[in-house]
Amino acid sequence: MQDMADVQNRENLQNRENLQNQENLQNQENLQDMKKLQDMKKTADKISALKNRFEISFPRLENRDDLLFVIAAEQHAVPFITWLRDMESYTHLVFFTAVDFIEDGLFQLTYMLHNYQLHHDIAVLVMISRDEPVMESIHHLWPHAATYQQELFEMYGIEFPGSPRLYEDFALEGWQDIPPMRREFDTRAYSEETYFPRPGRKTFDTVEYMKEQLYPGEAESW
Amino acid sequence: MVDKRLKRSAEASAYKKMEPEPVDNPKFPPVKDGASQYDLNSGKYLKVWQGPQHPGITGNMSLELVTTGDRIVECRTHVGYLHRGFEKLMERRKYIQCFPLVCRICVPEPDFNEYLFAAGAEELAGVEIPEKAVWLRTLTLEMARLTSFLMWIGGQIGAFGMGTIGQWTVTMRDYMLDRFEELTGGRIYHMYIIPGGVRADVPQGFFGRMEETLRKVERVMDDIELTMFHNAVFKKRAEGLGVIDPALVDVYGVTGPNARASGVRRDVRKDSPYLVYDQLDFSIVTDEKGDAYARAWVRYQEMRQSIDLIRQIMAKMPKGEKGGPFFEKLPNVLHWKIPAGQTYKRAECTRGEYGFFMVSDGSEYPRRVYVRGPSYSHAIALMEQIAVGANISDTAGLMVSLHTYPPEIER
Amino acid sequence: MKKEQELRIKRREQLSSIETELKLANKDIETGDASCFCDSRPEVIAPYRGILERFANWARAESLWILGFGTGCGAIELRPLMTSRFDMYRYGIQPRPTPRQAGVFVIGGYASVKTMKRIVRSYEQMQGPKFVLGLGSCTINGGMYWDSYNTINRLDYYIPVDVYIAGCMPRPEALLAGFNKLKAMIKAGQCDGMNQYAEHFDWYKANQKKIIKHWDMPDYNW
Repeated sequence: MQDMADVQNRENLQNRENLQNQENLQNQENLQDMKKLQDMKKTADKISALKNRFEISFPRLENRDDLLFVIAAEQHAVPFITWLRDMESYTHLVFFTAVDFIEDGLFQLTYMLHNYQLHHDIAVLVMISRDEPVMESIHHLWPHAATYQQELFEMYGIEFPGSPRLYEDFALEGWQDIPPMRREFDTRAYSEETYFPRPGRKTFDTVEYMKEQLYPGEAESW
Repeated sequence: MVDKRLKRSAEASAYKKMEPEPVDNPKFPPVKDGASQYDLNSGKYLKVWQGPQHPGITGNMSLELVTTGDRIVECRTHVGYLHRGFEKLMERRKYIQCFPLVCRICVPEPDFNEYLFAAGAEELAGVEIPEKAVWLRTLTLEMARLTSFLMWIGGQIGAFGMGTIGQWTVTMRDYMLDRFEELTGGRIYHMYIIPGGVRADVPQGFFGRMEETLRKVERVMDDIELTMFHNAVFKKRAEGLGVIDPALVDVYGVTGPNARASGVRRDVRKDSPYLVYDQLDFSIVTDEKGDAYARAWVRYQEMRQSIDLIRQIMAKMPKGEKGGPFFEKLPNVLHWKIPAGQTYKRAECTRGEYGFFMVSDGSEYPRRVYVRGPSYSHAIALMEQIAVGANISDTAGLMVSLHTYPPEIER
Repeated sequence: MKKEQELRIKRREQLSSIETELKLANKDIETGDASCFCDSRPEVIAPYRGILERFANWARAESLWILGFGTGCGAIELRPLMTSRFDMYRYGIQPRPTPRQAGVFVIGGYASVKTMKRIVRSYEQMQGPKFVLGLGSCTINGGMYWDSYNTINRLDYYIPVDVYIAGCMPRPEALLAGFNKLKAMIKAGQCDGMNQYAEHFDWYKANQKKIIKHWDMPDYNW
């Protein structure tokens, strides 16, 4: 009887120890997560303290815990990116692309930088004008940025003075029209004119087809 | 028995490495800042295109090489042979119509594209997917990783002349494609992961057949280890080939097994976990040398890791009716307007960090979808840097060891 | 926009000043000897007669050597075809690295403008009789990329095509069925792509030159 009680006591102790260990581990993980969040918040705070130095602002976009959107002014963007790379360890240039906001007359250049210590992303957004798109090059910071810049010139017409091999063909050969990713370029019209479409193709616009087939009579009210 | 052979044996150092030519040999041009200084008109150099129609390139891209004798002096990558203008096409299609398009961006592992596009659209729209769908997505991604690695390893050793292993692995890959066909309905392009979850649940008996296939793959992998990693020819050719210095990893944006083989411990699945990777048990595989042999070894270990992960997922995932739904009902997808926003999602594909940057503007059509492919920096900037000094006959092996794939460069 | 066009013109001038002028070797030679040079027009070659042609067709059909050029998506299904599961070697089909030794050109999937130039060049360098297999729906009517500004919609306007294999991607079994159809057609003497190319040479060239704007090669190179 005594043995049984001993065994049970031992088991109870072990169970309690296991539970405690698990709780400790959980607490540690929670603490680590908390620390990560705090570090990320510190970076955000540091950046907002630099508002005046680099003329940065925060756009009305939803930020995740590990993704922060920052708008930088055109002339201060490259110093800001250099500061992020050298002082805050955002050493990884994830990508560099552009978004065409034709209704505002702007290109939004997006530099995505990643910090491997905090596992945090910062997207630096730079708005430049669509009519004279020129931006300072960052090929001296990362060599593969030259490729991104080559592609942006070809697809959008954005110039980066000094970038190596900027005017060479990247993906298109012998292209004579406007840069194709601009929103005023109609790719369907170009394709129908240049490449001989096979006749007999009916465009089944799925929306129209569904309306007719599934909801006859109702669809007109949509 | 397998565990003992997993350690790299002492034979690795017993074979004499082929010494690279000294840089200040008067026969070869001087190297300054990593680039060779030479005069093309002097008649000593030959410009050779390892062009698009060539059995020794990964996919459809070309290298413009300047060689002297047997050695490469300059290398320029030309891409654009596969440019379809995906991003422009996606601006013309609604979100749900983009799905058949999106998986064709990265041909060997199409599931990553589907997952990232779906995850981006869901995040922008604020949709939560059920738990079973999350597990099924992870299963699909790991299966895609294994399939892609199987094809790659045949290509790597085939580039050095041994075609047998390619025959074995592509056959095994075909058995994996059978499992994909069972699960998703298609061999190569699955279109299985859609916003809201996945398209179907696992069929009956799938787990048993998957386990059988995994056992077949493991048997082949034991053979591969003996014939490839203990092979004198492979060691002699791949050791010292295309060494990536750890300092170059951040400068050139090197991610994935290319970086891990140089000793840099980074893995998106561990650093920024997505799906259920924080509930799975695996460790990051690294190696120190950073040459082609190390990269092959890291990828081989990751194949084993994928097999282990698939087994873990199959054991842990919610199954059957009790597991819950696999799909979250969405509003009418043909009239699905996603509110304005921007987001970036990343995943660890076999080649490195794969990412989708999505911008929506409140309409039914995506404003901008940008695909960040790992081969963008590997194939152009990095390749041009490390190809200098390599042998012409080793260029194919070097390119395959970086695991570059052109469709994701020019989309 | 004007600025981009100016830049493009400047770039093209820079490139053209580097490229040497094309000197066609048969420029001022009389018609008789002109055909000996490898940039003269292709000629129609009459087939043999009777049993000799039937024998030659049988030989051509049973040893179809394909050109190793993975032009697009289709290359991914050529690998399973070459390996032990769907083994195509037992049909006498093997991949060859050079167009001089190949008889069949499998165009796997879509063809972008840049690739089209290389396809035309490789096709012309193949020795006759040569056959073309269009793999996938992109060769038929542009497929999924029908409205893309960089992919062609109809392959048979640029090179003569013998068999189309529909699908996206067609399974290896479908590929083998396509090869069998090609074999049946060759044995029946219906595959005359080489002579068709020579007869309608001007039409094919006009179509090719319409899309391939960076034409830096002789009109025909074999």
